[in-house]
Amino acid sequence: MKLVTAVIKPHQLEAVKEALHAMGVSGMTVSEVQGYGRQKGHTEVYRGAEYTVEFLPKIRIDVLIDEIDVDKIVDAVVNAARTGKIGDGKVWVTAVDEVVRVRTGERGLDAL
Amino acid sequence: MTPDDVAAAAAAQTNTTWILVSSALVLLMTPGLAFFYGGLNRAKSVVNMMMMSFSAIGLISILWLFYGFSAAFGDDQALGDTPGFIGNVSQYLGTKHEELAAAEFIGLPLYVFMAFQMMFAVITVALISGAISDRVKFIGWLIFSAAWFTLAYVPIAHMVWGGGLIGASPEDGGLGVKDFAGGTAVHINAGAAAIALAIVAGKRAGWPSGSFKPHNVPFVALGAGLLWFGWFGFNAGSEGGVDGVTALAFLNTQVATAAALLGWIIVEWIKNGKPTLVGASSGAVAGLVAITPSCAFLSPLWSVVLGLVAGAGCALAVGLKYLLKFDDSLDVFGVHFVGGWIGTLWIGLFALPETSEVGESLIEGGGVTMLGHQAAGAAIASVWSFVVALVIGFILKSVGLFRAKPEHEDGGLDAHQHGESAYDTFTPPVTTGSGAHAAPSVPAGV
Repeated sequence: MKLVTAVIKPHQLEAVKEALHAMGVSGMTVSEVQGYGRQKGHTEVYRGAEYTVEFLPKIRIDVLIDEIDVDKIVDAVVNAARTGKIGDGKVWVTAVDEVVRVRTGERGLDAL
Repeated sequence: MTPDDVAAAAAAQTNTTWILVSSALVLLMTPGLAFFYGGLNRAKSVVNMMMMSFSAIGLISILWLFYGFSAAFGDDQALGDTPGFIGNVSQYLGTKHEELAAAEFIGLPLYVFMAFQMMFAVITVALISGAISDRVKFIGWLIFSAAWFTLAYVPIAHMVWGGGLIGASPEDGGLGVKDFAGGTAVHINAGAAAIALAIVAGKRAGWPSGSFKPHNVPFVALGAGLLWFGWFGFNAGSEGGVDGVTALAFLNTQVATAAALLGWIIVEWIKNGKPTLVGASSGAVAGLVAITPSCAFLSPLWSVVLGLVAGAGCALAVGLKYLLKFDDSLDVFGVHFVGGWIGTLWIGLFALPETSEVGESLIEGGGVTMLGHQAAGAAIASVWSFVVALVIGFILKSVGLFRAKPEHEDGGLDAHQHGESAYDTFTPPVTTGSGAHAAPSVPAGV
């Protein structure tokens, strides 16, 4: 099992959600996060004083998947999140030892 | 009663009604100021910032009732042949109910005029708080408020409006300075005190290189809107009734403020590349300040030009604190002191004919005499208020009642001074500042 984590531009969420849905991914966790990479934020000027807003609003998506599907799901997320402009975000994959469905106690692939 | 008597009684009622409404309008300016300053401030001390304004309503209203009004508007205590600095302190003491309830003042019930002027005293004190945001103990602010009100606001209001040295006509030995609604008595007065307090309080930790970005821009616009609305009572109410001057003051207030809003955003558009809502709001306040002393004395056309000059001038003046290295946090100097001076001097330059006993304005062929008197009155108020604020501030500082401890400043005064938080979610600071003109610095990414 794998955990796929994507940090994307907020307005790409809908496209990524649709892409994951089309791949048969049945659930996801979404959180509002702030951060920067090469994009480095932007500057704002108030009464002549310049401030650098470093941490920009982003959306983080976490999905647990069967590792058989990992390449095509990562590709689907990346294609859906891409605008081609700086700040599109990152996607990474983490190995997962165990997953438990809280309601039933099912474990492993059955819990996905 | 003759028809004339009936008309006069009706006019007196109309005048009284307008000043009652104006008083409520002027009161609303102080909560408006709390939002204006609160939005410009950082999130961790917004409650403290707004409390400084609200506490002024509480404290100054009471002091004004008991002795402030009497000392400001009681009979002038002349120094020989020269008008003095203070009125008769016991004449209108707030405890003399039966006497005061039956009295008139400039054709209004005395209580109406007392209430109207009470609101001016309240907001003048509150204005100063913008210079010392984020770093002063609340008890220190309260003591300062009471002391500065007593030793600076009351005498200067008397000198300008109560028959004292600055406003009394030259025939009576005064300077004959024209200040219709408080360019000198309110804005220069508060602005000079603000400079002194910013110096005494010292810089906020990290200023100017840290992040001091306004935390809530819509609050700033909301506050500016409430100030603008209330300011019609401030300016048009200062006629003390309803007549042609009221109409002129009202219209000039609107057009000068509109022009100043444009003047400010034009400057920042050229200078910084973008027009901002904080700039539009600040420009409006700068215009309101500048038209305050002059609204009854100018044609609408010269009011528009004044607004443009004040908006653009204050937009540039807010940068001075970075050169002079004093942390006037929310630009009381740049907006109120500078705007107040511009509006006060403008009278000497462009006033309508027969405005002043001193002579005609420059444009009416009166030379610079009137301008000189305007400048002298503003200078007296500036120095008086600055010195009083500096002395009170240093005394409070020396007994440890002024500057908050660094750890309390760091954690925010809201939590330490008031045990309150403005917002129930914790938002970490997400910006770093780079001061006015330095290049932005960005730490290495992850």
